[in-house]
Amino acid sequence: MPRRDAVVWAAVAIVMAGPALAQQAETVRIDGSSTVYPVTEAFAEEFQSDFRGQYQVTVGVSGTGGGFQRFCRGETHISNASRPISQSEREACEQAGIEFIELPIAMDALAVVINPQNDWVDHLTVEELRRMWEPESQEQVTNWSQIREGFPDRPLALFAPGVDSGTFDYFTEAVVGEAHSSRGDFTASEDDNILVQGVASDPNALAYFGLAYYTENQDRLKAVPIVNEQGEAVEPSIENAMNGSYNPLSRPLFIYVSTQAIDQSEAVRQFVNYYLDPELAPELVAEVGYVPLPETAYQMAMENLENRVTGSAFEGGGSQVGMTIEDVLATARQRAGTN
Amino acid sequence: MTHLSGFREEQIDYAGLITRAKRGDLLFGLIGLVVMMIAILTLMTLIVDLALDGIPRLSWDFLTNFPSRRAAQAGILSPLVGTTLVMLVTAILAIPLGVMAGLYLEEYAPKNLLTNIIEINVTNLAGVPSIIYGLLALGLFVQTFGMGETILVAGMVLALLILPVVIVATREAIRAVPGEMREAAFALGADKWQTMAFYVLPVATPGILTGAIVGLARAIGETAPIITIGALTFIAFLPPSPIQAEPPFLNFQWLNSPFTVMPIQMFNWVSRPQEAFHINAAATGIVLMGMTLLMNGLAVWLRYRIRRQVK
Repeated sequence: MPRRDAVVWAAVAIVMAGPALAQQAETVRIDGSSTVYPVTEAFAEEFQSDFRGQYQVTVGVSGTGGGFQRFCRGETHISNASRPISQSEREACEQAGIEFIELPIAMDALAVVINPQNDWVDHLTVEELRRMWEPESQEQVTNWSQIREGFPDRPLALFAPGVDSGTFDYFTEAVVGEAHSSRGDFTASEDDNILVQGVASDPNALAYFGLAYYTENQDRLKAVPIVNEQGEAVEPSIENAMNGSYNPLSRPLFIYVSTQAIDQSEAVRQFVNYYLDPELAPELVAEVGYVPLPETAYQMAMENLENRVTGSAFEGGGSQVGMTIEDVLATARQRAGTN
Repeated sequence: MTHLSGFREEQIDYAGLITRAKRGDLLFGLIGLVVMMIAILTLMTLIVDLALDGIPRLSWDFLTNFPSRRAAQAGILSPLVGTTLVMLVTAILAIPLGVMAGLYLEEYAPKNLLTNIIEINVTNLAGVPSIIYGLLALGLFVQTFGMGETILVAGMVLALLILPVVIVATREAIRAVPGEMREAAFALGADKWQTMAFYVLPVATPGILTGAIVGLARAIGETAPIITIGALTFIAFLPPSPIQAEPPFLNFQWLNSPFTVMPIQMFNWVSRPQEAFHINAAATGIVLMGMTLLMNGLAVWLRYRIRRQVK
């Protein structure tokens, strides 16, 4: 029975050949934050069409924390992150002997949104947002009238991203003052479209999430201007995030690159250079709905890359809130210099 | 006609009994119909909704383009190939193993405590949440054996996942083969293996096939275990081709290739802010349903052919 024999041999060959073969060369392996994913996807797509057949890029979405876990085990070359690397993650990397360069690659603005039927809110202050979201407000602040004198007597319905997301981390740090410190009685979802749905169908609702989810749903949502440090109420937009007036709810997004990977792999080196190309990067970043870095930042980032400035600007518990991109890059440089 | 003892015919109101029984029948039929309509209508609403969103997006380009940041140009080539290859590995691993295990448990295994424990475990494994299999694969295949997140590992996890389904279906099918058939074969001087290979297995094949397809249909939609082992979301290249021009002509490098599958691509697109990506996700859903339907169709056809051959 030659046909049956062929099947048996094929099965044997599969079992034998499987684990013995080596990995494909010239692949850039990336994993991490789902917020940064669309940016990296755009660069990966362009990069591969420019270097067709030469280099391959794979991008996963394990979340910022999951991405760092894999990065510090040496499974990936680059980790996408919507918040700086944490103390414990840094230690894990150190133990595994993995050194990294921290590169800000874009800004994201967090939009605070309400239902279009909501006619009583025309702006909110950070203080008012804190009253809504701080842990002490749990089951205490449940009505719009408690937020500001003159707001109507209506229940307050809160929606927010899940507690594992970098968005939640950043918002709580910027508004409440401490990362992860939030009331627990809100509707949480890992899928921001669910939050959009929730606010669009409830006149008393309020939510926060990345700017792109607001711009795509402007007909169903209303963005709340937030009073910044200078005392002006500013709408969330790419322009306002770029000129720094939309604070404190603009945050930097990062990629972390393993120095070993840069030194060993031509593909990784080329890809990171591509990511920081001042001719190309601002256009691609804006196309996927994020805020490009100021021009000087690309140059600084490139210098940090060339000089192998390793470590994070946030070592020692520095806060991400209120830092400009230039601050981040300069601090990393200082730290590396003093070490 | 035999008379039931203790009953006298003239005391029983047959007409009334029959009317009552008919009324009960009718009522039960109505309830059944309503319940069925609820189930079918819910399903139809979902499918029609998906079809309305997705069908206009379906085109040859959609099937042959790689995923892209531009929703209008994005396609599902890499997840389509990924899903096909993973299912191939799953089928090659799970079906022979499952059938052999089922045959052994049903026909060969001695009835003792060990066999009982194995049987209970197999039945229980069928109900274990799929994410648990993902964790097992992550700990064992990916981290302990260092196999990486490859097509081979994904196929192995899904094979483990559907193995209990295949085993249970195989046992049911073998149990349904009449005992007279075995006795007849033995009477003609066939030994046990000949009886199994030439009489019992061919007759049981349609049932085994049904079980295998039910298992594969479950595996094709699974996301959790594949995400757990770290399957990728964006991938714009194909695994190396399994056939090559130089000898030995077959190439198994694709087994070690990174991959993505259709449910992951769908999930990624659904969670995007842009409406156009949601439509892409709906279209991906239709293709996925089409693949499941195709598999089921293949099983029906095979079953039909085999039944005819056996007769």
